[in-house]
Amino acid sequence: MYRSHVLVCGGTGCTSSGSQQIIDTLKREIKAAGLENEIEVVKTGCFGLCALGPIMIVYPEGTFYSMVQEKDIPEIVSEHLVKGRIVSRLVYDETVTENGIKSLQDTAFYSKQNRVALRNCGVISPENIEEYIGTGGYEALGKVLTEMTPDEVIQTILDSGLRGRGGGGFPTGMKWKLARNIVPNADQKYVCCNADEGDPGAFMDRSVLEGDPHVVLEAMAIAGYAIGANQGYIYVRAEYPIAVKRLEIAINQAREYGMLGKDIFGTGFDFDIGLRLGAGAFVCGEETALMTSIEGNRGEPRPRPPFPAEKGLFGKPTILNNVETYANIPRIILNGAEWFSSMGTEKSKGTKVFALGGKIKNTGLVEIPMGTTLRTVIEEIGGGIPNGKKFKAAQTGGPSGGCIPAEHYDIPIDYDNLISIGSMMGSGGLIVMDEDNCMVDIAKFFLAFTVDESCGKCTPCRIGTKRLYEMLDKITKGQGTLEDLDKIEELCYYIKNNSLCGLGQTAPNPVLSTLRYFRDEYIAHVVDKTCPAGVCKDLLKYSIDPDKCRGCTLCARKCPASAISGTVKQPHVIDQDKCVKCGACMETCKFGAISKN
Amino acid sequence: MAAKTCSIPFAGTAEQEARLKEIIASHKGDKGALMPVLQQAQEIYGYLPIEVQTIIATEMDIPLEKIYGVVTFYSQFSLNPKGKYTISVCLGTACYVKGSGDLFDELSAKLGISGGETTPDGKFSLVDCRCIGACGLAPVLTVNDDVYGRLTVDDLDGILEKYQD
Repeated sequence: MYRSHVLVCGGTGCTSSGSQQIIDTLKREIKAAGLENEIEVVKTGCFGLCALGPIMIVYPEGTFYSMVQEKDIPEIVSEHLVKGRIVSRLVYDETVTENGIKSLQDTAFYSKQNRVALRNCGVISPENIEEYIGTGGYEALGKVLTEMTPDEVIQTILDSGLRGRGGGGFPTGMKWKLARNIVPNADQKYVCCNADEGDPGAFMDRSVLEGDPHVVLEAMAIAGYAIGANQGYIYVRAEYPIAVKRLEIAINQAREYGMLGKDIFGTGFDFDIGLRLGAGAFVCGEETALMTSIEGNRGEPRPRPPFPAEKGLFGKPTILNNVETYANIPRIILNGAEWFSSMGTEKSKGTKVFALGGKIKNTGLVEIPMGTTLRTVIEEIGGGIPNGKKFKAAQTGGPSGGCIPAEHYDIPIDYDNLISIGSMMGSGGLIVMDEDNCMVDIAKFFLAFTVDESCGKCTPCRIGTKRLYEMLDKITKGQGTLEDLDKIEELCYYIKNNSLCGLGQTAPNPVLSTLRYFRDEYIAHVVDKTCPAGVCKDLLKYSIDPDKCRGCTLCARKCPASAISGTVKQPHVIDQDKCVKCGACMETCKFGAISKN
Repeated sequence: MAAKTCSIPFAGTAEQEARLKEIIASHKGDKGALMPVLQQAQEIYGYLPIEVQTIIATEMDIPLEKIYGVVTFYSQFSLNPKGKYTISVCLGTACYVKGSGDLFDELSAKLGISGGETTPDGKFSLVDCRCIGACGLAPVLTVNDDVYGRLTVDDLDGILEKYQD
């Protein structure tokens, strides 16, 4: 028995800011203090509050230390762990109250959340199957194999109302039912997991894999039993080395404990899982492309039908679900379909994990019941926008999604509402933008992404997105015309209607949604030749206010293009022909004399 | 499209080839083994020149043009050797809205190379990468396995200085 547990986040965010060194130092210091039999250090998955990493929690008291540095460790050990005195300067300030320390669960960041898929993230060690079993892990698999028929399993998932969390929102139970029944007497079926999380700015799936890998394995085995498959594949991005490593450990442990392999729980059910690494192609997140890639080919999509449920991997009936979808399955089996469907809105049940990023105070991972408003997510959970800036838009759905402007701040987030306002749920990236972000530039940014990632198989996507990008580029350079705006819209609909797969069909969404809500910004670029947010360099002009300039010469010395001239103590001027618009002068000026417009 | 052959002469050793053949043998009978084989081959050689692709084609009995097609499809596979240090600037959305585009442009100017290129002395390669998932630290770049976060353009000189050996 340990008297105390110290949990340190080993997710990617915290690891990037040195949490592994913190763990090593902590273990060393604890040993030096002779406490190694009293205090255990646990490396967990993501706590969610990535903005404050590296994060450490000391139990049983639940003290939440944030932004811990390696040099703080000796003090934490000698003060807190030895003497029982909390190191108050490192405690997360939201948990500090007049009467002492309040629970993390009561802070604004956590109190509105409901962790189902992330239940174990930041709680257990992902590299130890016994900790997973200790929190009820593999119980659902046991229940399914010993007490339920495959049809009962599928009915439970159908009744729960669970929809695909990868973005499409297709009912999961329906997928399973099709795969079970569509090809009678199939000799081989497959269960696949889509862990090719390619949306830039989305890291929900990686956090589940890093923090709770066994939940995915358990759910895949349940799916295997339900549809009649005995082989699974997880297709995971090679860019996620920590997730890959923990999955490897988890699969080996599960085999060792008899949770995978032959004759699971002595029921005669066989199921095993193989790992396949992606190689950096966004299109492989599309289901048919993913399967072609597992087969060892160029990851190009193919037309549907036939759907994977009928003809999928290696031509056999296959189901493919996303990581977060799987993470919900064992809880649904154990707690029942009604428990799950009691959360959320009429057509979107349960919770959704979002990766909050961009211009927001609490960047990190949050799980909220469907139907929570954007305002709650950004203002209350996310802590609002830093530096007193104004909210402009939130981007969901990555390169396939759209922007949600301030006028829809109070819309309850669910699949259908987001589609009705021209965005989509997507896999869960939620990037907040403030007044300093140019919406034309953002649309161009996403198009550059799709141009780069288009696989080239079908013409509307390969050539259409490129032409679309060129027109946007023209606009950001101040060379666009109003006619271009009409052409852009026409081309958008053409690409949407004629592309082969989801990548092309959704690629124009960022353009259409910014055109819908921020048309005035496009007009400003085209007609007035200005960028209201001050982002598009070709449209910017830096100038010095002669009344404010003291002639200190600092800007002239800093300018890399020698574009600023003037004599000491006299107002300086910028030569617009030489200016490269880097903004160095504006940052240097101590008197606020330089402005851009 | 990248040139089929690499301008730098191939310098594979017999030992590397033996390791590659071992790996291919261990995947015998595996369905869809080409991707894992290519990934491990790149770990051995650091890149996948046409000579390595030819070995794989012969050993696995897969047409060379199919292998070349797969290699050029995925951005992870490289036909050219990488520099000693690969600097990857995250151009994912969360980093981009926080200014990673400026970091990339500045590095490109400082190193005198554009994305995907390597400096003539073979020291630095510059690439843009999609989200590495450390969005809480945006904007982020990595140098080989080291991660640097919450960056501004002014931090870049200090980072480059650490890799002068």
